[in-house]
Amino acid sequence: MLFEALTFQLGYNATLVTIGATLLGVAAGITGTFLFLRKRALVSDAISHATLPGVGLAFILMVLLGGDGRNLAGLLLGSAVSAGLGLLCVSWLTRATRLGEDAAIGAVLSVFFGIGIVLLTVIQTMSSGRQAGLEGFLLGSTAGMLFSDAVLIACGGAVVLALVAWLQRPMILVAFDPEYAASAGVNTARIDLAMMGLVLAVTVVGLKIVGLILIIALLIIPPVAARFWTERAGLVALIAGGIGGVSGWLGAGISASAPDLPTGPIIVLVAFAVFAISLLVSPGRGVLAAVLRYLAFQRRVHLRQGLLALAQGQPIYEKMTLRLLQRAGLVRPDGVPTEAGRARASKAMRDEARWDVVRRAEEWTGAAALYDGLREIESVLTPDQITEIDRMIGGPKVAT
Amino acid sequence: MSGTEFVPLSLTPLLIGVLSAMTCALPGNFLLLRRQALIGDAISHVVLPGIVAAFLVTGVVTALPMMFGAAGAAVVAVVLIEAVRRLGRIEPGAAMGVVFTAMFAAGVLLLEQSDTSAVHLDVDHALYGNLESLIWLDATGWGSLLDLEALAGLPPELGRVAVALVAVALFVWVFWRALKISTFDEAFAATMGVRVNLLGVALVIVAAVAAVAAFDAVGSILVIAMFICPPAAARLMTNRLEHQVAWSMVFAALSATLGYVFAGYGPLWFGAQDAVSAAGMIAAVSGAILGLAALFGPHRKRSGAPVDA
Repeated sequence: MLFEALTFQLGYNATLVTIGATLLGVAAGITGTFLFLRKRALVSDAISHATLPGVGLAFILMVLLGGDGRNLAGLLLGSAVSAGLGLLCVSWLTRATRLGEDAAIGAVLSVFFGIGIVLLTVIQTMSSGRQAGLEGFLLGSTAGMLFSDAVLIACGGAVVLALVAWLQRPMILVAFDPEYAASAGVNTARIDLAMMGLVLAVTVVGLKIVGLILIIALLIIPPVAARFWTERAGLVALIAGGIGGVSGWLGAGISASAPDLPTGPIIVLVAFAVFAISLLVSPGRGVLAAVLRYLAFQRRVHLRQGLLALAQGQPIYEKMTLRLLQRAGLVRPDGVPTEAGRARASKAMRDEARWDVVRRAEEWTGAAALYDGLREIESVLTPDQITEIDRMIGGPKVAT
Repeated sequence: MSGTEFVPLSLTPLLIGVLSAMTCALPGNFLLLRRQALIGDAISHVVLPGIVAAFLVTGVVTALPMMFGAAGAAVVAVVLIEAVRRLGRIEPGAAMGVVFTAMFAAGVLLLEQSDTSAVHLDVDHALYGNLESLIWLDATGWGSLLDLEALAGLPPELGRVAVALVAVALFVWVFWRALKISTFDEAFAATMGVRVNLLGVALVIVAAVAAVAAFDAVGSILVIAMFICPPAAARLMTNRLEHQVAWSMVFAALSATLGYVFAGYGPLWFGAQDAVSAAGMIAAVSGAILGLAALFGPHRKRSGAPVDA
């Protein structure tokens, strides 16, 4: 079943939903990257919750006009309008009052959501609203979807993705370095607006698949996961798009393959699994890499201190130091230095003396700033400079 | 309206609404000033997996294990957010977004997978609560307030939010000075010997307790709204923390009362027959209050900021 779902063989609707979810995931991942790099990830939370009153009002309006309240295009249009209004409220509250953006986001999302719930209860009491199924917008529901809705979602995903691809370059510029972008003639305010517009579009298209409570996960989790793998903004966006696409595709596929597997939560959980893996094993920023780096650093400190102690003829009590020296063949098991150990120790001692000179002399302030008690002096100074320092110290002294 | 109708049908939901609103708004003041306003949002989302997990473990829908489950989930969420933030060096907003959406998704999935259809446990309930159904059937009129037998039939939610409010108030009262100093100047508080990290965690846990107690009765939208809107409106009214807390309590109680009345009787004024969601209406009223405060509040601007910045 899963294989069929992933290779688009489960019927028109499931296929269209899977395609739509994949496109949406790519678009959301890329768009979310700009939000994330601008440190405004949670603005999307306000936008997504603010869609609910629009959905409710659109339904009521369409019924009053004598139409079918469940027309997806109409509902999505309504949701876009009210989400835009919510976005305006957030920026108005942050600009006109001293409240922080977080408070503005929280206030807008809860109030709009509250109004939306009020409207939903109104709809429930309307004669044509009994089976409205608008609750499906809260958590997404792709089961029993009309063919036209599935087409709308797939097309919506494609359009959003095309928009993202078109606006990608200026958005990367603004997200990464707003001042530079402004000096390069990019209208940052307009690009910010475009970014918010894209977030809004992603939210609206994702409403039916993922639901408004979880759509922000698609905007936040892929960029955060992608950030672990690279330091370059353009690449973060690409990787985030990839992660989003894979989450959408796998999630929609898994959910179509068995009953009781709601699409939205599955997509989000797939994305979260990618995030968890990134957090643990990515090189550079991952937890595992950090632990390994820490252990390597610890070994270097122990070795260095051990060598200095050997050079000064001090006994070593620290077990880890002894073990490391012994494994490197620098001391015998009873703690007495070997030939190689003595040589390395006197070299370490001499390097300390050289560093001493470097740190006191004015002409080497640049090099001295690099001193951290571990760095090999050869990696900072040329052989000529070292010879010169040695002349200042005097002839080599043999460690006893 | 006569007491025979008001007391059994409206008094207890109204009281529970007011008490829940105040319970959440009180810690909300400090969260707002510490720029942690969205912690309330995160907590109220992770409450769902908490109660579902509690139900799956115990197999019963009773209040106590559910509250423990919810509180446990809140603590897990806070720890996870902190871990993601520190381990991944990710900004707090994004870390929060990652954790609470994933936990909420897990909660929904658990709910769909487990056979909870037989019991009253669903997403709708978690979102909007069931304020309207918390009626006091044993009451016959105002006289029932003195009748011990009738009082025993009070909805248990009322007692729980009352206890939670007292607990939260006690926390704020005992740690008032430390909370105040550490909220405005953490470094200074640390030099004064305040354990700022511990206090920060304690504040979040207290907020979680408030959220869980209120959530049980009024659902998660109202919890988020009450964490943020009354304190935010109060912040625009005054520069003094004491006054801000007082204003926020007034706003919370006012939102709950007006919201409940509008939800219950508002549709009747427009000729409709059925009431609308009280929790939603209370959130809407609190938003209206915040809007008014943002337009007319005496301290709405940043001090020293240019007028049209």
